[in-house]
Formats: sequence, C-alpha cells, structure tokens
Amino acid sequence: MIANYGYKDGSGDYFIAIDTDKCNGCKDCVVACPYHVLGVGPDENDPLSDEEVAFVTELERKKIKYTCAPCKPMKDRPPLPCMAACKQDAISHSW
Amino acid sequence: MEQETEFWRWTESRWTNPNLNWKGKVITSGVDVGSVSSQAVILADGELYSYSNMRTGSDSPDSAMKAINWAMEETGLTLDDLTYTVGTGYGRVNVPFSQRAITEIACHARGANFIYGPTVRTVLDMGGQDCKAIHCDERGKVTNFLMNDKCAAGTGRGMEVFADLLGISINDVGDLSLQVEKEPQPVSSTCVVYAKSEATGLLREGWPKNKVLAAYCSAMAHRIMTLLERIGVEKDFAITGGIAKNKGVVIRLEKEVGMPIMKTDYDTQIAGALGAALFAKALVDKGRK
Repeated sequence: MIANYGYKDGSGDYFIAIDTDKCNGCKDCVVACPYHVLGVGPDENDPLSDEEVAFVTELERKKIKYTCAPCKPMKDRPPLPCMAACKQDAISHSW
Repeated sequence: MEQETEFWRWTESRWTNPNLNWKGKVITSGVDVGSVSSQAVILADGELYSYSNMRTGSDSPDSAMKAINWAMEETGLTLDDLTYTVGTGYGRVNVPFSQRAITEIACHARGANFIYGPTVRTVLDMGGQDCKAIHCDERGKVTNFLMNDKCAAGTGRGMEVFADLLGISINDVGDLSLQVEKEPQPVSSTCVVYAKSEATGLLREGWPKNKVLAAYCSAMAHRIMTLLERIGVEKDFAITGGIAKNKGVVIRLEKEVGMPIMKTDYDTQIAGALGAALFAKALVDKGRK
C-alpha cells in the first residue's frame, strides 16, 4: 500500500508517501528523523494484517510543511535523513 | 413563527431488510461517527440487515448510541445481541459499545467494495469535513490512499455553507446547479470562506442563485480533481459519502475525470459504517475478539 500522509492547502502539496509493501518495520527512519515525524506500529489502514509498518504520526500529519522545513533548505539540499536511512527505499516526499 | 432556516439540513434515513430474520445469526455492526453525520450498519451473517444515517451531535458517544439505537428500532435487537462492533470515522475511539476502532480509509474501501462490487479500483469519499482518494484491490483492500482534512474545500461542510448562504435546501443544490444554459466560470477561490465572499459579490452583480451554485459546484469538482490527480484514477471509479448525492458535483467531476462514475441504489453515506461492520464480521471469523 502507498500511504500518503499530509495535506494539500492553498500553498501547495505536502505529502510523505510510505510504501508499506517495501517497509519492513525496522525503525531506522524513526531514529533518523530529528523531529519525531515518523513512527512504527500496526498498519491502521490494513486491520487484518499483523505486520508493523512506518507511518507519519497523528500529531505531525497536518503540519509536515513546517516540521520538515529544517531538513529542506532552499539551496544545496542534503539527502533527507528519513529517506537516506531507509534501506528499503520506502519513503518519498512530494515537495 | 417557524420559518425554514436550516437549509443545510439533509434528510436522515433508516432502513431494515424486510426479507431477513436476524434470529440465530451472527450479528455484527459498524458505527461511523463522522464530523457531520453518523451511521450505524447491522449485518446478520454478513448480510445487510439494517442501517441508520443521522446528524452527529456535539457528543460522540451519544451520537454513536443514537445511531445504533435507531438502526435497531423495531427489530427486537438489543446491544447484547451484537457479537462484535467496529467504530470508524472521526469519533471512532468514542464508540462506547465497540470492541475495536478502524480508520475510515480502510472502512470506506471495504464498504465501497460491497456496494459497488469487486470491480471498483478508485474510491473517492467526500465526507462532511474531509476528502479521501483511495485505490483498492478486488477484495476492497487499500493499495494507495490520500486524505485531505486540512481544508474544507471539496467537503460537505463547504456545500452546507453555500446552501445556507443562498437559502436553498441542500437536497436541491445539485439539481438546481445543473439548470444553467451555459456553464459559468468556476468560483476562483479555493477556500470556502473566500468562496462565500466571492459568491456574495456575484449575487450583488445580479447572478441568479442557480448560476452561483453552478460556479461553486464546478469549483468543487475541479478542486477534487487536483487531489485525485496525485494518485490517479483507475476504473471503475466510485464515490461514497454525502457529496455523492449531489448531482451538480458528480456530473461535473465525471466530465473532468473523463470516466463514468458508478451508480448505486444504496445510501452512499453508509459506506464507512458498512465497511466497519464487514471488518467486524471478518474479525469474528478470524476468531480475534
């Protein structure tokens, strides 16, 4: 499942997409994110599955434009810590 | 002096399957406490037995109780007969008699799969306060989803604001908006609050109400299309939630998507609660209580 967490508002699209088929629940991204945007737990959108997957925490879903901003400088943007940490290549950002 | 002032008030409904006797069967239920409406669906051995669809009050547990009691009315069922109940929607953790809460994304996909059949691949849920675009497989399992609940544009609440502004019952908004000779330019503001100001301006310019509604319905369809574009639309395409009953938005969206939108005789607002009740049945079958 591709889980798109985030929102679209007047200023643009802000979504973090997590491919739960690739995600193995290793928590590397949870440790890598300096702002506690990500968590790992049961897949709330697939209630009949027992596997744990990464998600964007409930608290951050409506403000990732701001929470993620420090990792996204205008110039010379380094690789995002969450994406770099994910060996499964399961995380992507829309902006 | 009682005047009609609540133009946003949509028709509440309930239904019982006259050809089904619940006695001796496994009863599961789903309760969807949404931001605007609450539904309860009762299944007997996985078959649709009864449902209710009503306005959500200020108190979620109370709304859940009212919805389930209305669905059980005159059926002889009591809360004790419910083997398993799943709560969903905004108030899903506040359903006092439920055993589990499941997200409305999972429930809407499952419910749409039941209502529209296994060919549904894209489900658009246009609820009271948010909008969800979901892709699912032939079993109704979510494969891709996107939700927007940070903005009222493209939601039932936005439409209620317009019904109120123009003094037209929400049930008539869709049909009236289609009674225009030439489709007007859509309202340019995305935000409901600004769209309302813009509409007030148009009325002052002398636009008839149906033309203003046409401009708003078309703006809403366009807005939803930009959301759908992110995950794409695969056929078959179905809509759930209250806006699915608004022909003005559905017909315009059909044109934008370029694909027919599936039709149904079911109440499209019950999809979430129906999905929850189906999950309840699946969980009972799985022996996970």
